[in-house]
Amino acid sequence: MPGAIYAEGLVKTFGDVRALDGVDFDVPEGTVLGLLGPNGAGKTTAVRCLTTLLRPDRGKAIVAGIDVLKNPNEVRRSIGLSGQFAAVDEYLTGRENLQMVGRLYQMKAKDAKVRAGELLEQFNLADAADRPAKTYSGGMRRRLDLAAALVVSPPVMFMDEPTTGLDPRNRQQLWEVIKRLVSGGTTLLLTTQYLEEADHLAHDICVVDHGRVIARGTSDQLKARTGGERVEVVVHEREHIATASEVLRGFGKGETTVEEHTRKLTMPVTGGAKLLAEVIRELDTRGIEIDDIGLRRPTLDDVFISLTGHLAETEAEENGGVQDAKGRKTKAKQEPVQDKDKDKDKAKKEAAS
Amino acid sequence: MSVVSDTVRVAQPGSAIGQSVRDSLVVAQRNLIRMSRIPEMVIFGLIQPIMFVVLFSYVFGGSMTIAGSNNPDRYREFLMAGIFAQTVTFATAGAGAGIADDMHKGLIDRFRSLPMARGAVLTGRTLADLVQTALTLLVLAVVALLVGWRTHTSVGEVLGAFGLLLLAGYAFTWIGALIGLSVRTPEAATSGGLIWLFPVTFVSNAFVDTGQMTPWLRHVADWNPFSATVQACRELFGNPGVSQSDAWPMQHPVWASLIYSIAIIVIFRTLAVRKYRSATA
Repeated sequence: MPGAIYAEGLVKTFGDVRALDGVDFDVPEGTVLGLLGPNGAGKTTAVRCLTTLLRPDRGKAIVAGIDVLKNPNEVRRSIGLSGQFAAVDEYLTGRENLQMVGRLYQMKAKDAKVRAGELLEQFNLADAADRPAKTYSGGMRRRLDLAAALVVSPPVMFMDEPTTGLDPRNRQQLWEVIKRLVSGGTTLLLTTQYLEEADHLAHDICVVDHGRVIARGTSDQLKARTGGERVEVVVHEREHIATASEVLRGFGKGETTVEEHTRKLTMPVTGGAKLLAEVIRELDTRGIEIDDIGLRRPTLDDVFISLTGHLAETEAEENGGVQDAKGRKTKAKQEPVQDKDKDKDKAKKEAAS
Repeated sequence: MSVVSDTVRVAQPGSAIGQSVRDSLVVAQRNLIRMSRIPEMVIFGLIQPIMFVVLFSYVFGGSMTIAGSNNPDRYREFLMAGIFAQTVTFATAGAGAGIADDMHKGLIDRFRSLPMARGAVLTGRTLADLVQTALTLLVLAVVALLVGWRTHTSVGEVLGAFGLLLLAGYAFTWIGALIGLSVRTPEAATSGGLIWLFPVTFVSNAFVDTGQMTPWLRHVADWNPFSATVQACRELFGNPGVSQSDAWPMQHPVWASLIYSIAIIVIFRTLAVRKYRSATA
């Protein structure tokens, strides 16, 4: 008995780009599957195939017990989609947007009106309900978009990079909303390139790269595959790097890696916080001033690198994104980036999102 | 607080046609609200034809010979059917740009993921454009009356002419819809929706007497669907300058205009809806 979202051998090509190259997954009812991968991995294509927007070349897809290829219109009754853009009409008010979507889900005008009011209240948009969406902040638009996807409380939800382009505070808020939604029994498929997001929200994670699922499991299972913890030290003076390296070697279980320009040393360890305290004492005894020290557990970033040999953001440069210290793409410039993408070759764009 | 409401159920739709009509009206309403919030678009849409009325009637008016007379008042009466018809075709660009914008903003994806009638997004848009076209025609008719345009026939015939104009305008918005779905940006839809209209509306009987064109060009102008509507309006308004050409559309302009418009709707609606179903933003 397949789960609420089931895909088997999905293949979709655009020209000679294989956007999906045989993707399988099965999402049990009431759980969240995170599709994690860089731009161009095929995440959006997978969502588009499952939400009836795109017909896969091959494979099988069942959503809410309905065959997507045979009965697309039946599927549409049972799903909500919140895409990469906040797909709301910016000249309509929040209320008008939700009422319109309600009507198009075939609700009666009166019911659509009541439901719009409920959602505006729940999504903290009641004060702005009668202002055109154009005047909304990015976070408000996203909430409105999500509300629109929830008009009929569909049993199955798809969210394609729901927090892309949001600042940390708005991202937190949206995560809360998503968690509430799932606790109410909704099955959710979520795509993200934020490893932290998948970690936070998803029960199961599929790591996708080049149109294939390259790993799957819970966040803990994936991390366990990557190996143990390590100590990271940033010394204040460049001259102290050699000495610090010597100290770390005394505690470590392998090679120390040194980044000269950031004065950062990393050493795999076992022994946790107790060991960290010892390292600090020893460095202090030797008179080494440190800017930062910490015990790092593997992040999903590490998982991704160990699985694919590259960071999750291989296309960051091409897309004009900026990378922060952790190699995570800074999202502030996301909107213009997406606009630029539009002008690229359509097939490539489709594959790349 | 629960995000999930138990009270909401998606109603089973009634008949397919009923759903199609209802969905189209919901989308039309959305587009009309939108237009009312961007009044500058409506106003620019009005300025252009008014400018054409003034420019053509005062700049060209004195130098044009219509039915053997170069009286500027006669040219003004001759001109109006052409301006009316040209104005309704320009709705093409608006429809195209609007739909391209919806694609660009991801709204078409949202609509396509909803259990709504397939053609409703496009039909709703074209219906809203029809309302705008009707308003534009109304304002333009008042301006035309102010500069001296008159009709010399029954109210029924005059209304019939406006009916033909609206139908032609509606037909052209379906061409716009297809353009809007085929280009990548709203800007491209605006220019793509407009440029080809210049030859279509100028290689016609709209502004000049086709009798003075070289034979091959005249042939093109006589069979131009746009000319049929202009000719029909002139005839129904009782305005001067009705073409004496023996080409069938010039002899039976009302029928020709109807047939052309319906053919355009059938062909372009089919193509546009097909395109919509596979549309990828």
